[in-house]
Amino acid sequence: MSRQIDSFIAQEYKLGFETDIETEQAPLGLNEGIIAFISHKKNEPQWMLDWRLKAYKRWLKMIEPKWSHLSFSPINYQNISYYSAPKKNINSLDEVDPQILATYERLGIPLEEQKILAGIAVDAVFDSVSVKTTFSEKLSQLGIIFCSISEAIQEYPKLVKKYLASVVPMGDNYFACLNAAVFTDGTFAYIPKNVKCPMELSTYFRINALNSGQFERTLIIADEGSYVSYNEGCSAPMRDENQLHAAVVELITLKDAEIKYSTIQNWYPGDENGKGGIYNFVTKRGKCLGDNSKISWTRVETGAAITWKYPSCILLGDNTRGEFYSVAITSLAQQADTGSKMLHLGKNTSSTIISKGISALKGSNTYRGLVKVRPQADNARNFTQCDSLLIGDRSAAHTYPYIDVQNPSAQVEHEATTSKISDEQLFYAQARGLSEEQAISLIVNGFCKEVLNQLPMEFAVEAKALLSLTLEGSVG
Amino acid sequence: MSFQNPIEIPGVNTIYFLRTALNEQRKTRGEEELSSPEFMKILYEKMKFLEIDKSILQRSLNVGFSGGEKKKSEVLQMMILEPKLILLDEIDSGLDIDALKSVTKGINALLSKDVSVIIVTHYSRLLDYIHPNAVHILSEGKIVKTADASLAKELESRGYEDVLHTSSTA
Repeated sequence: MSRQIDSFIAQEYKLGFETDIETEQAPLGLNEGIIAFISHKKNEPQWMLDWRLKAYKRWLKMIEPKWSHLSFSPINYQNISYYSAPKKNINSLDEVDPQILATYERLGIPLEEQKILAGIAVDAVFDSVSVKTTFSEKLSQLGIIFCSISEAIQEYPKLVKKYLASVVPMGDNYFACLNAAVFTDGTFAYIPKNVKCPMELSTYFRINALNSGQFERTLIIADEGSYVSYNEGCSAPMRDENQLHAAVVELITLKDAEIKYSTIQNWYPGDENGKGGIYNFVTKRGKCLGDNSKISWTRVETGAAITWKYPSCILLGDNTRGEFYSVAITSLAQQADTGSKMLHLGKNTSSTIISKGISALKGSNTYRGLVKVRPQADNARNFTQCDSLLIGDRSAAHTYPYIDVQNPSAQVEHEATTSKISDEQLFYAQARGLSEEQAISLIVNGFCKEVLNQLPMEFAVEAKALLSLTLEGSVG
Repeated sequence: MSFQNPIEIPGVNTIYFLRTALNEQRKTRGEEELSSPEFMKILYEKMKFLEIDKSILQRSLNVGFSGGEKKKSEVLQMMILEPKLILLDEIDSGLDIDALKSVTKGINALLSKDVSVIIVTHYSRLLDYIHPNAVHILSEGKIVKTADASLAKELESRGYEDVLHTSSTA
């Protein structure tokens, strides 16, 4: 029975196609010249270049971390092109390369249609340059800034200088430091005081050009009393060579503000022997700076050969709240070492971590989480639940929860389960006329439900489709 | 097929499971999928008939169901899916009298010329409500004796050992 499941799962990566467009690419390798080249391409001011170079010097002294439960061949940082961009400068949708538009359509996100349909403003990052920002005008009437980070560096230097690296410091970790030196593009959003953003903000990232590592940098600031929901979706075409992806995402909420950040991640996972696929080393962190503010991470991860990612919350203000809802699937030979960190600093802070890991074929799924309550954080509360679901007998699940409580008034709960889709469950469902595929799909969807329910509606539909695509016969 | 111990599937609503299974059946039979209101109408009708509380619909399939709820849910699935051949494994075990009445009412409602039901049981109590065409005794994987409903009554009073022994010498 499990062999059958395996063949369902081992289907080809359905988004694996390559768009043939002219790109302007930096030569392989990394040095100060390359960083200056990137900075120049982006028309950046001197302070930005200085900052990048400072990060680069720092990075040179750092060592790639080895503590994760991942094994992969060494990354040759000199064999990567750190910049690639579509050649033409684009101002309107009409000027967008028809091939790029066709690519988006195959991914199911035609810009045109999205404009009309969902009222979602899309900042589509194709390789390293933002191709198109929609809805900006409508948003700007409310004072909302939603643009590429490159644009923000030029147009809103005060905001960028104030908040960039305020959550993830330049030298926070090896990959974040690399990102600081070479980041090529990303999203910037600022929601002014007391504005509830009327639509879901959304970005689609896509690695395209051969050998181009993509290093996005995202910065979202919710000013006092504001609210925003941001959706990030990722997908990459099929590749034989491993591609490095080291992104940094920083969220900041001021007093009474709330940010909801949802991700669907579907990078190319490599084949069943672990060949190809994206190496995804991401630092995502939110800081609840003001009192009564809230940050919520929700994500569904089905892709990448290697995932190293711990969306975290620093609960600095009093009465702040951090949430993390996650579904991570590893199939084929994928490896994920992922989880969340909740750092309680303010009084009456609370956090929730719900993590669902699914492993199939030779997939290895590791949950690594930290709940830390500092001495001054009176009445902190945390609830953590991490569940693992195994499919077949070659997959693996690991859990490393760290709990560090330094204040006696804290209440910290941790629940964990590991289960396997049983033959009885499959037989039961099949005895009612469901196919094996549907049966697995049903069970896995049931397993992930608490997390899927957190996604914005349209995103949830996409996530469910992706689950079935990834574990077809195993999910639906 | 109904299970002696219906399997729990956490996170999957009973109603969602029923609807998915029914639509899959209909697809196989070449029929259109049912719309939500059409489905609900049929579902509520059957549930009323079986005296099942609506609350089970939103609960995960069989998770935390009482013995009676599990068995009733099995019969409900059967009434919704309308199979041609039904195998009920100890559908009567663990039921109180009222639940047994509901369950057997459901089974009787399904019986027709086109539908066959095989019931596996250890007790003749069930036969107060259901009148089988034939009773088989299964021993060590083989049907060793077949007769009409009176065989069950005979079994009840004399026990397997005696009935089988008599039959083999007869």
